[in-house]
Order: sequence, then C-alpha cells, then structure tokens
Amino acid sequence: MKSTVIKEPSMVQQKEMIADHFQQLAEAAEHGRKVVYTFVPGNLTELMLGFDTLPVHPEINALQSGMRKLSGSYIAAAERVGHSEDVCTYVKCDIGMLLDGNVGPTGKKLPDPDLLLLSYTGCFTFMKWFELLRERYDCPVAMLHVPYQADGEATEEMIAYVARQLETEVIPKLEQVTGVAYDRDRVREHMLRSRVAEDDLVAVLEAAKHRPSPIDAYFGGVYYIGPMFTAFRGTEAAQAYYRQLRSEVDARVAAGQGPITPEGLLDEERFRIVVEGPPNWTHFREFWKMFYDEGAVVVASTYTKVGGVYDRGFRHDPDRPLESLAEYCLGCYTNLNLPSRVDMMADYVRDYAADGFLINSIKSCNSFSAGQLVMLRHIEDATGIPGGFIETDLVDPRYFSSSNVKNRLESYFQMLAQRSSGQEVESA
Amino acid sequence: MGVEAIIGRCQGLLEDLDLACVSEWKAAGEGRKAIGFLPVYVPRELIHAAGALPVGILGAGEELEIVRGDACFQSYICHIPRSTVELGLRGKLDALDGALFPSTCDVIRNLSGIWQLMFPEKEAIYFDVPQNLDPQVGGVFYRGLLAEIVTRLQRVVGRDVGADDLRAAISAYNASRRLVRELYDLRAAEPWRVPTSEAYLLLRAGMRLPVEEHNELLANYLTAVRDEDRALRDNARIVITGTFCEQPSLDLIRTLEHAGCYVVDDDLMLVTRWYGPDIRTDGDPLDAIAEAWMSADDETPCRYVADGTRKGQQLVDSVRRCGAEGVIFAAPSFCDPALLDRPMLQAVLEEEGIAYTSFKYSENTAQLQPIREQAGTFADTIKLWSDA
Ligand code: SF4
Ligand code: SF4
Repeated sequence: MKSTVIKEPSMVQQKEMIADHFQQLAEAAEHGRKVVYTFVPGNLTELMLGFDTLPVHPEINALQSGMRKLSGSYIAAAERVGHSEDVCTYVKCDIGMLLDGNVGPTGKKLPDPDLLLLSYTGCFTFMKWFELLRERYDCPVAMLHVPYQADGEATEEMIAYVARQLETEVIPKLEQVTGVAYDRDRVREHMLRSRVAEDDLVAVLEAAKHRPSPIDAYFGGVYYIGPMFTAFRGTEAAQAYYRQLRSEVDARVAAGQGPITPEGLLDEERFRIVVEGPPNWTHFREFWKMFYDEGAVVVASTYTKVGGVYDRGFRHDPDRPLESLAEYCLGCYTNLNLPSRVDMMADYVRDYAADGFLINSIKSCNSFSAGQLVMLRHIEDATGIPGGFIETDLVDPRYFSSSNVKNRLESYFQMLAQRSSGQEVESA
Repeated sequence: MGVEAIIGRCQGLLEDLDLACVSEWKAAGEGRKAIGFLPVYVPRELIHAAGALPVGILGAGEELEIVRGDACFQSYICHIPRSTVELGLRGKLDALDGALFPSTCDVIRNLSGIWQLMFPEKEAIYFDVPQNLDPQVGGVFYRGLLAEIVTRLQRVVGRDVGADDLRAAISAYNASRRLVRELYDLRAAEPWRVPTSEAYLLLRAGMRLPVEEHNELLANYLTAVRDEDRALRDNARIVITGTFCEQPSLDLIRTLEHAGCYVVDDDLMLVTRWYGPDIRTDGDPLDAIAEAWMSADDETPCRYVADGTRKGQQLVDSVRRCGAEGVIFAAPSFCDPALLDRPMLQAVLEEEGIAYTSFKYSENTAQLQPIREQAGTFADTIKLWSDA
C-alpha cells in the first residue's frame, strides 16, 4: 500500500461544499434564511431548496460528533438529564450537543430551527426525536407519515397518501415559515439536477463490480453519498461533485487501481465483502483499517441506501414532483421489509461477486438491527456463502470493543480465505 | 360464577401458552380460523366480522425458557420479539392462521418481516395506522387500509365479509369497551374491591376468548365482585404507565400491590379500551372504524401528538380523574417508545407537582425484590406526604 495520503479533487470539493453550508447556517439569521431541521431518510431537499431554506440533519451532527470523539460526553449529558441508557444513541448525542450549546462540526453554533420537518421514513424513533426537540424550540413541526413497505411494494394508495401530506401539511408549513409560495417549476429544476447526479452516483457505486473494485462502497461510500443524502441533492454543486467523482473513479478503473483508504491506495484486493448496517463512527478509521489491513474491500453496502435506493432504479421525476418525492420517501432502505432487504443483500453478493457478507448490528438502532440474525440465515441460504456478524454502536464509544470486533473480523476473513483455497483445490 | 372461579378461569387462559383454548374453539366449528395480533392497537372488529377469532400475541411471560428466539436477535432488544419467535418455532402459535402486526414501533414492524421469512405459510398483515389525522388525508388512507385488510381476511377465511358482519362486530366490541370502562371505573373508585391482578387477568382472557363470551365473563365478574367483602388498606393510589406493549408478569403486578400500591389506572392491554365513545353502527362500518381512530385523543408513545402543549396531558388527566397520588413509569428494557417518551412525561408531571418513580422490567424479570422495595418506598413516601 502506498503511504501518501491522496486528496482527490472531489474530496476537496465536498469539503468546501460542507464548509460553505455551515457558513451559510452560521449567517442564516443575518441573511434572513430560514432553517429546517430534518432527517436524511426521506429528506425533501428539492422541496426545501424550492423555499430557499437551509437544512440541518441531526443524524449528521451526531455522526460528526462521533467522529470527533465528542459523542461520549454528549450521550452522558443526555443521560444525566434523564434519558435512558437503553435508547437510540443518535437521539442522546443530539440532545447532549444541544445542551452543550449546539455547536456544529465547524465550531460554529448551529442556528435554531424555524421548522422541524419530521419525516419518519424507516424509523419510529425519528418521531420521538422531534417530539423531544419540539420541547426545546419554539417552532412549528411538519409531520410526514411515510407508510412502511410491509409487502415489498409502494402501493398507489401509499404514494397518494404521502403526496397528499406534502400538499396539505408540508408545503403549507414551509410557505408559512418562509413567506415564499410553492413554485412547482423551481422544485422541478432541482429535481432535474438531482437526476443527473443520481446517475453519476450509481455509476460510482456500480464501479465496484470491477475487479479490483476502485472504491470501498461502505467506508468510502459514506463520503460518496454525503452530498446526495444531505443539503446538496438538486444543487449545481452536487451535480458538479458527482461528475468529478465519477471521472476519478473511471480513471481508477482504467488504471486497474483499487480504492483509496486513509493510508493510500489499496494494492491487493483479497476479499470482496458486502456489508449490512451502519458503520461505527467513534472508531471509524480503526474499524476501516481492520478491513483494509486484511485486503478486505466492501463492494456494496445497504447503509449507503438509507437516503435512497438509486442503484435499484429510483430517480427523482420532475414531471410528477410530489408523487416522485413520495416514492423516494417510501423507497429508502430501512423502509423496506425484511424479505426485500434479504433479496437486496443476496443480489449484491451475486452482482458484485462478493466472497462474503457481514452484518454490523447497531446496539441502539432497532430499525436496522431487529431481525438481522434472521436475515443472515436467509442470505446464507440464498447465496450459499456464510455471513459474519458483529455488534457495535453508532456513536456510543462504550459499545465499541476494538479487540472483540477485530477478533471476529480476523476469524471471518480467515474462514473466507480457507474457503476460497478449498474451492481452488476442488476446481484444480 | 363467583369471583374466584372467574379469576381461576382467566389464570388458566393466561397460562395456556400452547393456545389449546384457540384450537378447541377452532375444532368446534367447520373451517374456523384464528388470527393473532400484537400490541398496541388493531381493530379486532375486522377479524371478528370475518368469523375468525382474534388472539392476542403478548409474549410468553415468565413461563418459557427462550432458546431459539435468542438466536434470532441481537443483545440489546426488548423481550417480546424473542418470545414471539420462540413460541412460533416451538409450534405454540400453530393454532393461528395469520397475524396482524400494528405499526407500534420498529421492533414489531420488523417482526412482521421475520414472520414472513419464518412462517411463510401464515398470513402476515402489517397494520399501518395513520399518524396524519386529517380525515381527508390520513382518514382516506386508513379507510383504504381497512378495506384491504378485510380483503385479505376474506382470503384467509374463504368467505365474504359484509357490512352487517362488520356492524355486528362493532356492536360486540362496543359492549366490550363499555364493560372494560366499567371495570376500570370501579377499580378507580374502589381499588380494594378490584385488585389490578384480577382486572389484568380479566383483560388477558379477552385476548383468547370470543368477544361475546368475554363480555359475559366481565359482566359476571362486575356483579360478583360487588358482593365481595374486601378490606380497604391504607395503600397509595398510583397510575402505571409504559406497560402498553411488552407485558409485565402477573407476579410483577402483584408485587406492586403487595408493596402498598393501589393501581387506579394503567396502560396495560390498550387494545381493549381504545377511544372514548362507542363506534357508530349506522352508515358504512369501515368509515365508522376509521372515524373512531381519527377522532380518538388517546395518547400512547406510539402515536404522534400533533399539539405539543397536549403532550402528557392525558397522563395528568388520568391522575386527576382517578384520584391518584403518584405515577410509576414501568418500561420494558430497550423500549425506545416508552423510554424516549418518559422524560417528556416526567417533565409534565413535575410541572403539575405529581410524584413519580421509574423502573424497567422485562416480561420474564425474575428478581422482583428490588421493584418491591422501590414501589414500597414510593408508596410510603406518598402516604407520608399526604398524611402530613
Ligand atoms: S433508531 Fe436507528 S434509524 Fe432510528 S434514529 Fe436511531 S439510529 Fe437512526
Ligand atoms: S416493548 Fe417497546 S420496543 Fe419492544 S416491541 Fe413493544 S413498543 Fe416496541
């Protein structure tokens, strides 16, 4: 592995976009910009941009706090004011950050919300989270109920229900808060840009079908999805970012290169892995290193689909803006039933010619984790490949046991190695 | 039937983990079906109208050792999915032809998928009650959902369900809700007469018996218990909250009583007493069921409270209405809905000057002594203050 840290133009670009966004948030009050807090899954970015609002995503703040090693003290602060040890640590991390002055990742205080846009796609805890925030902020809440795809499809009735809520609940509240009238054409323009970027993102994710894979679709993937899942989808900046990223990945494919890790280019791809479940953020680098030290590359992951399943064909459709937003919300990964999730994982294992698959079960996230061990067995049956299982948390450092995770991963990779040498012997 | 015999029968039903009573009911008639449901709310009227028996799936209590269910779940999760899977894998839910999974939380939501994967021969119906309460929006969606569920139930039972079937079911459950309200009112007025352990067993019996038979049982109890000579104790009157899904064991309920608490209101078995007034029996029955849901102001952690100023108000109202002196927050371990709601509800109680204490449990909590001590101290403190 080469030891020089490679900073590609897309990385610099994304960093600048984020810095600019936080700067705008810091100056929101000065410029009369309205701030909307909302969640990543089912985010209505194109619609929000149509009202010139600035989004804040509490989960992103929580994961950033995890990466900056602040989440432990934030969670402790939330527990001191009465939050249970048992509940979702994202919520506690956010509450703790709020109690500590709500200082964002760039060191600047985040503005209070003018609107809490509660779309609880794929998770009931979102509803509790904003009920808790509502107690602390004096602002309206727009609640968007997104039905669950319990039978593996988004029905016409579900789409109509969500679209009606956009019309009767979300848009009127955005109008009321911003004083701006809903402009369908403006939203359509943003959706047109989203489509282009979505095509490029899919090309990037699917580049992992190459051998060696030019990307890591989990650890690297969380950076790739950043702009698409947050404040930028539908902007020119996001369009440019994904165009650039795609060209970089294409160049790596042409050069037969592997993914870039924090320690440089990975030279040897030993294992191709599919991962289910979110990463751990408090030990993100260390966790990633446990993979690349073994030559394990994640070729597909479900976490990178929590904010949209573009690789399964979804695109924002400017000709039916509200219905299309409804379909988007309905289709986010954790809003899919378990059999659909099993199918997606099994497809990934096959389509990306993976050697193995791993489940990272998150202690405090029932939305993802409840039932993953059952999924594991069904994915094994469908693919004939044994799966691995580890338990960590998103942002609570108390639940990341490095030695435990490392041991489990090492044994899993060892088993895969033995399996493949066995197969080689058989086929020889 | 006297109180003792009624309660003995209910206890037998609670302990019937194999659902022998359901199998017997099915065997007594040609082609009978039984449909399970999980907490917190489903309109049992639909199942009854289809001629099927609605059966509560409420975990396995403290009775069953969980072996295979544990292998299906990660460490940090409440107990009810483990015991439900255990019951299923051990064949103890074989009497059920399908189940309804209400949109209570992510765990029950995902359990619907586990059921689909593990028991593909049984119907799995997800019941996505709307959180948007606008009749033109959530109401329209909900009406469609009810019609869809009726269609699926028709497939299971192999016959059509007509409007009159639905109206008859609504009437039967209206009667049930009236009787349950009477039971709760009597307990609030004279808690020494209606111990919560008995009230609870009566409600649990309703998770197994056909509604008409259960109504008779409730009516008989209400008559019989008024003739009982039961001693009034100097207990503290408390409301329990947080027990809406995974059930505390009967022993835990008894422990609270022995610790000096009269439970005058609770959120156990909410499915039996949703909404205030009766559901109307005129007009379109599915409209009527949908309207009842949309207009009910029942608050649980699983239901979005649109008006933030109302959050917790129902708990305060319950304390006032029932003359309670304090609140016990009893939440299942790892239960996000109950535990995330708790600080909000506690803040409201603090504003109102209402005393509370909190603990966690699971359906098979064996160590009840710490709970007994905590509840005892709480009851003593309340009595001390109210006597001062
Ligand atoms: S439970 Fe999971 S999906 Fe829900 S808010 Fe917490 S981390 Fe996010
Ligand atoms: S006990 Fe709580 S977390 Fe568990 S299934 Fe019930 S509502 Fe969900």
